[in-house]
Amino acid sequence: MTDLALSKPVATADAATRRASVLRRFSLTDAVFRNVTRASAILVLVMLGGVIISLIEGALPAIRAFGFGFLASESWNPVTEKFGALSPIYGTLVTSAIAMLIATPIGIGVAIFLTEICPPRLRRPIGVAIELLAGIPSIIYGIWGLFVFAPFLQTTLQPFLISTFGNVPGLQTLFAGPPYGIGILTAGIVLAIMVLPFVASISRDVFETVPSVLKEAAYGVGCTKWEVVRKVVIPYTRIGVIGGFMLGLGRALGETMAVTFVIGNAHKISGSILAPGTTISASIANEFTEADGALYTASLIELGLILFGITFVVLAISRLMLMRIEKKKG
Amino acid sequence: MSLYEARKRRNAIYMGLSAGAAGLGLLMLFLILFALVWNGLAGLGLNVFTQMTSPPGGTGGLLNAIYGSLVMTFIGVAIGTPVGLLAGTYMAEYGRGTKLVTVVRFINDILLSAPSIVIGLFVYEVMVRRMGHFSAVAGGVALAIIVVPVVLRTTEDMLLLVPGALREAASALGLPRALVIRHIAYKAARAGLLTGVLLAIARVSGETAPLLFTALNNQFWSTDLNAPMANLPVVIFQFALSPYKDWQQLAWTGALLITLAVLTLSIVARVIASRRTLK
Repeated sequence: MTDLALSKPVATADAATRRASVLRRFSLTDAVFRNVTRASAILVLVMLGGVIISLIEGALPAIRAFGFGFLASESWNPVTEKFGALSPIYGTLVTSAIAMLIATPIGIGVAIFLTEICPPRLRRPIGVAIELLAGIPSIIYGIWGLFVFAPFLQTTLQPFLISTFGNVPGLQTLFAGPPYGIGILTAGIVLAIMVLPFVASISRDVFETVPSVLKEAAYGVGCTKWEVVRKVVIPYTRIGVIGGFMLGLGRALGETMAVTFVIGNAHKISGSILAPGTTISASIANEFTEADGALYTASLIELGLILFGITFVVLAISRLMLMRIEKKKG
Repeated sequence: MSLYEARKRRNAIYMGLSAGAAGLGLLMLFLILFALVWNGLAGLGLNVFTQMTSPPGGTGGLLNAIYGSLVMTFIGVAIGTPVGLLAGTYMAEYGRGTKLVTVVRFINDILLSAPSIVIGLFVYEVMVRRMGHFSAVAGGVALAIIVVPVVLRTTEDMLLLVPGALREAASALGLPRALVIRHIAYKAARAGLLTGVLLAIARVSGETAPLLFTALNNQFWSTDLNAPMANLPVVIFQFALSPYKDWQQLAWTGALLITLAVLTLSIVARVIASRRTLK
């Protein structure tokens, strides 16, 4: 082998230059690939920056015209071009509050069922089914809410609420008015069904991070299942559960289609949760393409900016909390 | 003994409530699917796939909307997947542990759940307004922005699962980093990467909000990417809210089609992912 190489010195020089050129090509492609991937990662940050800048730019006419009064005004009049964000913000917050009020206990219940009492053989199929619920597009919830769920509520739950609480002082205004079917309450319940899988699957994931030694120790001193959950699992995973709650809240606040179908789109603040209202996302979805006049469009974009701001903060808090529980696990 | 009884009773109550919660969740899934199949099947015929959306009263189909949805999903995935894949590669391979990666991961997780209607407004501002008209391309770009975080997240997770020893072995043979990633890490994580893309398609194919004011809608057959294009979600939105029975029927059928597509995609993605973990 050595002889062969020595007998052909030309070939060796050839091989050396070839190797050098291959190495050069290697380091070049490596540098290119490295920088292309890094540019893509940075592009994610650019996207976020672009969203914020373009929304501010688009909202500028409305910000100039209304200032901070935009946040405090309830009027929404395309004819006189007087716009205020109060009623969409109110609707967004109230529907999300109803959704979380319903979805959180049920979601945590599902997680407790999956981690503590479900037979192992059913654990995966049920978990997958709940996750599939999360994958259904929101427009499906919307059409189902409009044609199936709202008429159902109109004839069952809503008359019941009105007849039960309609004469109770204090609750009177909350449950006043005719049963429309659609309205704030319906939107809240549909949202609850939508965010339930998120709360449930994240709670399940964080419940599974509890070391079995801790649970076994509690069972060992004679705790019941509920006591183990209440005194060991939930305290241990509190941050993660709150993180899951915030993630669900972020989803609920920004959800568009499911709400747009069933909220009724009325730009007014009503004391009754049975009355129609509107949310930020529903207003944008309903009115944006029909908005004529720069101020109208700009007002809707400013609504979008406000929504993005709120959800960004909520989701950021959620991430920070979930990161803490991941650190605990790893 | 009475304390013991009380504890047992309380345990039974709360465990019962938990089981009830799980039952309720499953019942909801069942109710929604049942309503979809019940209402959707009634209008499912050949005409859905062979005819265009028609004015109320005529027998129409969803052909142009199905076509438009496929086209825009394709554009979104074609643009979004490479970006997400490359960014995820940087985060799991080159930049592991750096500050940039921590920040990008944080922002990406927020974008993953950010309201999609805001993405629609963004694309309206940067594309539709500049170009002066709604277009299928704008719709595709809006979907791409939703695809990126999904693909990025799964790519990073899946590449992090590839054992370091595999990379070290390849490096020891003298392969440069770029080739190690392309020929070793990507191959080892292939199933996971595919799962990410499938999940992204599932996520995007039902998105309505970002298309409302980017692609808009179109009553007619159009293959012009530079013009408004019909798409299933927006057609469902408009038809469902119309007072016409035959339009509402088409909306239900469209909803059934989308749900079947999304559920199939997510189940296939799961099967692929679980097959990988079994190995």
